Amino acid sequence: MAEADTLAPDEQIYHYQDDRDPKCPFAPPPKLRALNETAPVSRARIWDGSDHWLVTGHAAQRAILSDPRVSSDDKQPGFPYPNKPMADTAHLHPLTIFNADGADHTRIRRMMTRPFTRPRMEALRPKIQQFTDELIDKMLDGPKPADLVTSLSLPLPSLMICALLGVPYEDHEFFQEHAGLATRSDKTTEEQNAANEALGGYLARLLQKKMEEPEEDVLSDFAARIKDGDLTLPEATLLSMILLIAGHETSASMITMGTALLLENPDELARLREIDDTKDAQNAVEEILRYLTIAQFGQRRIAAEDFEFEGVQIKRGDGIIVPLPAGNWDPEAFPEPEKLDLTRKATHHHAFGWGIHQCLGQQLARIELQVVYGTLYRRVPTLRLAVDRDELAFRPADALAFAIPELPVTW
Amino acid sequence: MKVVVDEEKCVAAGQCVNAAMDVFDQREEDGIVVLLDENPSDDLADDVRTAAAVCPALAIRIEE
Ligand code: HEM
Repeated sequence: MAEADTLAPDEQIYHYQDDRDPKCPFAPPPKLRALNETAPVSRARIWDGSDHWLVTGHAAQRAILSDPRVSSDDKQPGFPYPNKPMADTAHLHPLTIFNADGADHTRIRRMMTRPFTRPRMEALRPKIQQFTDELIDKMLDGPKPADLVTSLSLPLPSLMICALLGVPYEDHEFFQEHAGLATRSDKTTEEQNAANEALGGYLARLLQKKMEEPEEDVLSDFAARIKDGDLTLPEATLLSMILLIAGHETSASMITMGTALLLENPDELARLREIDDTKDAQNAVEEILRYLTIAQFGQRRIAAEDFEFEGVQIKRGDGIIVPLPAGNWDPEAFPEPEKLDLTRKATHHHAFGWGIHQCLGQQLARIELQVVYGTLYRRVPTLRLAVDRDELAFRPADALAFAIPELPVTW
Repeated sequence: MKVVVDEEKCVAAGQCVNAAMDVFDQREEDGIVVLLDENPSDDLADDVRTAAAVCPALAIRIEE
């Protein structure tokens, strides 16, 4: 049985995490993938020299992420922080949907779920289609090559979140710029704080306005809760900010990376162009979500009790890391995982996580991707990279979201 | 096939509606699961099993 508290020599333990192989930039890092051949649970050492449980098997990830003895509380000593800035600021983190457990999590999450239901998102499909068509028109009218990120990937999710939250369209540039800044890892803490403050002030003023003049949108919903005494203004501001930020880079990255991946798999791209059945189109998106698993850096948890798991003894206070790409490339769950196969049954993937924290915005993201993947390559059949694949600058393996910050394309 | 849902556990991810929208819906005010059909017909059985399997909160139980 593996022991948590014997420190393995440095050369024997897996250092989380190794880089992706530049020859297969879309595949998870090779050493991480190799763990799928050995054990579903192992030990790994992180940036600060501390060791934690690494849960890589698909079935094991399901079990651990839905286990109520496992906590997301990032104030617990021993929590496996992704990086130093997060570790240094953890004590300042307010209780949010991300780090709350049990009843607290239920209470917060249920204040945020209303706008993101599957039926509500389905009703937005025509609007998503309209925005997508307009952005593609604009790109086609502009100079070649174009950057897909600024032409389509970023503005589409930004416009949608704008419409959902109820932010006036004329402010969307401010909104997009500051949301972008607040999540960029290459910005200093000061720059991020300034962006957060500007965004927070802006959203707080909007919330106050919606208290006077409510409309049909999420901010008006939160404003009504402030009036009813369910939320304070700072709490409502924080919820609005979380929705704004969480919805940007993720969907944007899936549009960019999905395009880069499909251009590299012309047979699958041709197949995608031909799909006219709704279910097949939906499934294709699930397979691309699985393949890329852009939430790449591992969900972080901490054990709240002692328990036995997959033949190891987990102790209260042990850190647990769940790298979603490993589960989504586990051959037990997805045979020949390196094969992009748009007909594969892929709905059991973990690209949106698993358990009570599974992505709140997933139905919005899905429909955005169904519309974009179903439109872009049909409308622009000659779409191709304007640079060599080797010149694309992928974000490093320790960035929270797997992404290509710029994708030069031509047609 | 008999379907049982647990509203307390539900986290409103919407996965069941994706899988079987004739059997599951989401409550207007907070997205919590609404069971439209407790005894779905055989032709929906596969979709309902998928729905139970993709529920991240393990809130759907099937009694054969
Ligand atoms: C393709 C796009 C997206 C991907 C791959 C993605 C991925 C994820 C993942 C893996 C988690 C789980 C975190 C955990 O287990 O700790 C998550 C949670 C979350 N996501 Fe997304 N996401 C996407 C789009 C969105 C959008 C569009 C929104 C909002 C508009 C959003 C809002 C959230 C929120 C609020 C949570 C926290 C849920 C909770 O802790 O209960 N996401 N997302």
